[in-house]
Amino acid sequence: MHADERLNDANFPKHPEKATLEGKNKFLGFWLFLGGETVLFATLFGTYLGLRHMNMDGPTTEELFKLPTVFLATMLLLTSSLTSVYAVLALKQNRVKSLQGWFFVTLLLGLCFLGLEVYEFNEYVHEGHTFTSSAFGSAFYTLVGFHGGHVAFGCLWIITLLVRNWNRGITLVNAPKYYLFALYWHFVDVVWVFIFTVVYLMGKVG
Amino acid sequence: MSTHASHKKRSGLMDWLTTVDHKKIGILYLIAGGFFFIIGGIEAMLMRIQLIKPENDFVAAETFNQLLTMHGTTMIFFAAMPLIFAFMNAVVPLQIGARDVAFPFVNALGFWLFFFGGVLLNLSWLLGGAPDAGWTAYAPLSTTSGGPGVDFYVLGIQISGIGTLIGGINFLVTIINMRAPGMTFMRMPLFTWTAFVTSGLILFAFPPLTIGLFMLSFDRVFDANFFNPDNGGNILIWEHIFWIFGHPEVYILILPSFGAISEVVATFSRKRLFGYSAMVFATVLIGFLGFMVWVHHMFTVGLGPVANSIFAVATMAIAVPTGVKIFNWLFTMWGGKIVFSTAMLWAVGFIPTFVMGGVTGVMLAIPSADYQFHDSYFVVAHFHYVIVGGVILGLFAGLYYWYPRMFNRVLNETLGKIHFWTFFIGFHLTFFPQHFLGLMGMPRRVFTYLSGQDLDQLNFISSIGAFLMAIGTIVLLINIIISASKKYAPSSDPWNGRTLEWAIPYPTPEYNFAQTPLVRGLDAFWIEKAAGNKGMTPAEPVGDIHMPNPSILPLFMSIGLFSAALGLIYNTITVTIIGIIATFICMFLRSIIDDHGFHIHKEEVEDDLKGVKE
Repeated sequence: MHADERLNDANFPKHPEKATLEGKNKFLGFWLFLGGETVLFATLFGTYLGLRHMNMDGPTTEELFKLPTVFLATMLLLTSSLTSVYAVLALKQNRVKSLQGWFFVTLLLGLCFLGLEVYEFNEYVHEGHTFTSSAFGSAFYTLVGFHGGHVAFGCLWIITLLVRNWNRGITLVNAPKYYLFALYWHFVDVVWVFIFTVVYLMGKVG
Repeated sequence: MSTHASHKKRSGLMDWLTTVDHKKIGILYLIAGGFFFIIGGIEAMLMRIQLIKPENDFVAAETFNQLLTMHGTTMIFFAAMPLIFAFMNAVVPLQIGARDVAFPFVNALGFWLFFFGGVLLNLSWLLGGAPDAGWTAYAPLSTTSGGPGVDFYVLGIQISGIGTLIGGINFLVTIINMRAPGMTFMRMPLFTWTAFVTSGLILFAFPPLTIGLFMLSFDRVFDANFFNPDNGGNILIWEHIFWIFGHPEVYILILPSFGAISEVVATFSRKRLFGYSAMVFATVLIGFLGFMVWVHHMFTVGLGPVANSIFAVATMAIAVPTGVKIFNWLFTMWGGKIVFSTAMLWAVGFIPTFVMGGVTGVMLAIPSADYQFHDSYFVVAHFHYVIVGGVILGLFAGLYYWYPRMFNRVLNETLGKIHFWTFFIGFHLTFFPQHFLGLMGMPRRVFTYLSGQDLDQLNFISSIGAFLMAIGTIVLLINIIISASKKYAPSSDPWNGRTLEWAIPYPTPEYNFAQTPLVRGLDAFWIEKAAGNKGMTPAEPVGDIHMPNPSILPLFMSIGLFSAALGLIYNTITVTIIGIIATFICMFLRSIIDDHGFHIHKEEVEDDLKGVKE
């Protein structure tokens, strides 16, 4: 059997994402990559914590942040993580239509989150909080923007995956790809939980 | 359905531009790293000529700053790092009995990203001035430096840093997932162990550098305020981030060198490595402690006695596992039948030299003493003893040792010994006096000094030593050129080696092992030889071997980022956008084109085993 043959229920392995050596390598390599990404975001968080009170004469975090908007964004992203879990469950049960459907919902939620972030940044700029106005501004837009960039990249990734594999069913080649996207998406979500806490909640009450 | 297309043979230049074979990528790394090593060496020579006498005017002060910055940056990022990757690529898959690395495509991409990062950095000499803020690029010196120099620094390192990071992940996965049957972790050769720990350090040390460089470039290109105190920025953030990367980087460089020394010492003492498990433990411990000591670069910035004390103790603690290694090498030689080949000479020369660098390291780890040594030539002497006397001597040992495996030819031993003695004596002549220059008060990074301060003589000696090192390097180049004109060496196991890489015939086949070997203990090949077997016992029957297809995409992805960086430096945003789009198109093509590689058929492998040539 070739690795790119459509799997059927009879020959479906328990873990299609790591049934081949290529799959195992991707699985491990991606976990390691996420380890590096964790350090990357840790550095950004450290910098933000060092500079968050350096707003010069611009608005402070208390004046700036609107918790309802941020709460809505958080809900969108957390839900998208849930839908990607449903997609991975479908992957493990060889239900390809369901997998595509749930990933499509994940994509929509990710795009809504991005839209909300663009709206939020636009509001802040109008209130005088820009990338160049203070060290706080630079640190804020860099940290939150890096996360947004990761969401945008994830959206491009899942679009490519879905379009390329639309008529192909689940194979031993694309199963690891779907699975890794879901891992990535959870990681981006976990980073957002930290941003929500460290940037927004601490900005309101810290 | 099947996309297992038949084997496309490419030849000549296209073969090298598209290769995903780890052995060829190792050679590419060696050539490119060697090239940058010579550039960095020329920069060093120009500085030593300027400092040969007091109040010299051979180069201007501005040029000296550029030479100083480029020498440090080039040697660390574009000479030492790629040379380490050269040996990791050439040796690690062979030592663990693997047919390939885990991600051959990513491996090629890693090389091209490093290469174009290095080219970008060095283009700065021709395009408006090289960076001049030191290899550490301390803010605000770097943020306010005029001209495009520091932009070249930031983007050149950023691009090559991505390459290093993906290379590190590749080796971690290769070593964890692709070992031959029986090759347990505690049977892995020491060089593979050090490559493993180094890759782990790369994974956790490079992301902070990535972020630091982003911040620096945002400050310079987009007027951000991370390091601008007038707008709330803090320059200490740069120092912390830089050294959180920079200190592990020292261990990223030295550990593979330790690994090479371990292989060479054991092979040429005809004994198994003394204290193997202690060596493994020491390697892992050094890797771990490497992250705990970055503040010893910052004792004088005023973090206070508590921080300084904690980091002083952590720094001194590293001397313990390092001492374990030194004694294990000595005990390996003790009672061995030592063969003083060129590789062994480098290894034996390495031991006292590196110990001297380590001792001055402990001296610098004492904060109160560091206030005296800080920014003096004592520091220059210390880190050259570690990085040249440690990393480079170890890499030379590895070069003479593994050259036959990489190129199927041996280097001339007489020329090798001339290279060793000129370089080794030249090295000590250059850097030993610098300890005293530092203690006498000569500050580092200065382009000249006054006469009548007792600095003349030692500086003169130091410069003469540098010339000797240059002569040694020229001898090496001659040796390599001569070897290229020679036929293959008669034996594929010229040193009577102990590890798996010597079990493969000349010339190394594309698939490494016709049959995956069965590993029955530490020093797998030695065990078989001791048992009277001609080669390794295979763990599988002869069969079709799956290989990855070559690809031009890694080259184009790297060129895309290279053009994007040039666009950023010269504020031509269209060029940047085109470059980034080109890179994304390559990524897109890589995603949508199915590439299942090809098979080398059983019959072909059987012919190779019988020695039948096409």
